[in-house]
Amino acid sequence: MDLRYTPEQAAFRAEARAWLEANVPAEPLPSFDTLEGSLAHRRWEAKLHAGGWAMVPWPREYGGRGANLLEWLIFEEEYYRAGAPKRINQNGIFLLGPTLMEFGTPAQKARYLPKMASSEEVWAQGWSEPNAGSDMAAIQALAVRDADHYVLRGQKTWASRGAFADYLFGLFRSDPASERHKGLTFLLVPLRTPGVTVRPIAQLGGETGFAEVFFDDARVPVESRLAGEGEGWKVAMATAGFERGLMLRSPARFQETARRLVELYRENEAGADALLREAVVRCWVEAEAYALDTYRTVSRLLEGGKIGAEASLNKIFWSELDLRMHETALRLLGPRGELLPGAPAAKGVGGWLDGYLFSLSGPIYAGTNEIQRNVIAERILGLPRE
Amino acid sequence: MRFGFSEDQLLLQKTVRDFLRAECTPEHVRALWATESGRSPDFWKKLAEVGLPGLLVPEGHGGLGMDEIDAVLLFEECGRAALPEPVVATAAVGAPLLAELGDDALAARWLPRVAAGEARLAAGHPANAFVADAHVADLLLLPDDAGDLHAVPRGEAQLTAQPANDPSQRLFEVRFDAAPARCVARGERAAALLAGALERGALATAAQLVGATERLVELAVDYASQREQFGRPIGSFQAVKHHLANVKVKLEYARPLVYRAAHSVARRDPRRALHVSMAKSEAGEAAAFAARTALQVHGAIGYTFEQDLHIWMRRAWSLDLAWGTRPFHRARIAEAVLAPGAALGAGTTF
Repeated sequence: MDLRYTPEQAAFRAEARAWLEANVPAEPLPSFDTLEGSLAHRRWEAKLHAGGWAMVPWPREYGGRGANLLEWLIFEEEYYRAGAPKRINQNGIFLLGPTLMEFGTPAQKARYLPKMASSEEVWAQGWSEPNAGSDMAAIQALAVRDADHYVLRGQKTWASRGAFADYLFGLFRSDPASERHKGLTFLLVPLRTPGVTVRPIAQLGGETGFAEVFFDDARVPVESRLAGEGEGWKVAMATAGFERGLMLRSPARFQETARRLVELYRENEAGADALLREAVVRCWVEAEAYALDTYRTVSRLLEGGKIGAEASLNKIFWSELDLRMHETALRLLGPRGELLPGAPAAKGVGGWLDGYLFSLSGPIYAGTNEIQRNVIAERILGLPRE
Repeated sequence: MRFGFSEDQLLLQKTVRDFLRAECTPEHVRALWATESGRSPDFWKKLAEVGLPGLLVPEGHGGLGMDEIDAVLLFEECGRAALPEPVVATAAVGAPLLAELGDDALAARWLPRVAAGEARLAAGHPANAFVADAHVADLLLLPDDAGDLHAVPRGEAQLTAQPANDPSQRLFEVRFDAAPARCVARGERAAALLAGALERGALATAAQLVGATERLVELAVDYASQREQFGRPIGSFQAVKHHLANVKVKLEYARPLVYRAAHSVARRDPRRALHVSMAKSEAGEAAAFAARTALQVHGAIGYTFEQDLHIWMRRAWSLDLAWGTRPFHRARIAEAVLAPGAALGAGTTF
């Protein structure tokens, strides 16, 4: 055990910090769940990509920097420290990207990864359907084989950033007679295909962060299939693991929220009681615990380890921590906590309300926390299945 | 940067785990509960053969010369086995404190005997209301009211037993004559030595709490897997599964805090006091939660004296209070985190 950065790692951090300080927009971009904001975020991604920082851990041939996971962690720390924009293509770069690396053909990797890294092509997920949420194996959307194409019929829903995305990846039933986990195929679908209709859905915060996507005999070529026909479940589980675990929710994000929470406490200390003080401090401790656990995991991965069901531990921990941090912040703000950012008296309220609304989705998306608890109980603790 | 243990460290952990699993059985623990001292000099000798008392004793004094990173996994095993011996008092706190005093004669006189399992130590600290294991310690290291540190042979101290909820926990109120002849450190130097004692005591206790929590989860999982109601194992019900999953989450995020604290103490990181307090408070929280949950999962059988579950429940409750309660450590964390200029946020972890 040696918890010191090497000189090379320190130099990497300095390089990332210098670039971010020179390039991160001074003013926050508009929300990426608006048309204007989505375009601004795409421009930011283009800049990040041109600077060579878009996909730090990816190979250079796919638009990455060829760095290892530890350097990626360092970059993430600097990224959040700099207050840089949210990643509009997070479904692509953090979820589909690693899945493509594992299951894609060389041609698919060359076709999709570089434009994913540059966010020229922004991706949405197509898992949920009106009758398949936590029970993802209940998927009904069909992909019927017709020579060298699949013909898609059915509906996907709750596709985050689907309203402004270019592509969708998801699971379709390629064997109409199949049930549950069998007969599912993982497809990469251009949203601007005839027969595909995207309908935005306003989320709790009012912005169109979701979309439902309808397929009416939309045709996609067989080359759009990831792994074999009927092997979709296996691929989707790998993607879900990336979503719950390491890549999507790097600790830096929560550490920065915890830091801002401590600042908020200092500003509002006069109105805070001992309970609030303890809540603030515990949030900070837990954000550190999450960071430490991630360094431990990355150390293990660098020595050839794999992430399995323990991604479910991560997902519960970060989602509940994030929610608790925002709840604590709103308690600190007291009566001002309900003010929208544009309210004249909203100074100092910051983005806590928006953040709170977003944090409420954490225990739901990427597999509800109830599903994660089942996974922990059965696959980690070894309790009997229902 | 590498946050993980070496193969040697993990191998030693397994050796100690196997040894304690075979030797420190629930029957052994219960047998000791019934004795007056609650401790076994013979067992202590066996532990010395494994090297436990002298883990942190310099090799020059017959110890293993290890550091807290090596030791933390072994303290964890002591907690998993609910080992009722003065491991924290002697191995984690007493021996390194004695070595740090700078009194070569005192060190040469005591440390080889400690490493050989022939002498035991105990240490007082203001964070502890009482001195654990004072009754079996040959030498006590005690602060006086002014904070000066004294080395007192047990025969020269007056001990009043304070029976505790955990029969494995043996606590004593200790009075002694703070004579200059027994004084081994004064003023700032004594304060620094006591701070080091608290770091090591809280760290080793936190590690034991992690081990005890693991065992509590194992016991509850085993029971829920075999106990049938409504025609199936109760562990197949989501209500039970989710209880245990919640404990597992708490445990797995207390663990890295404990391992990092071990690194910070071993390498004398300037923020080690903060790191130790983070470890101890969260490990205590996890263990108390595990105890409560494991009992609920067991139901009525867990509420009996006969079931072994309460061996670890009582350990968890007792260790949670030792070397600083949760409020004690959280107050220290708050002081560090809320201080102006504190290093917070992404990139400040190490």
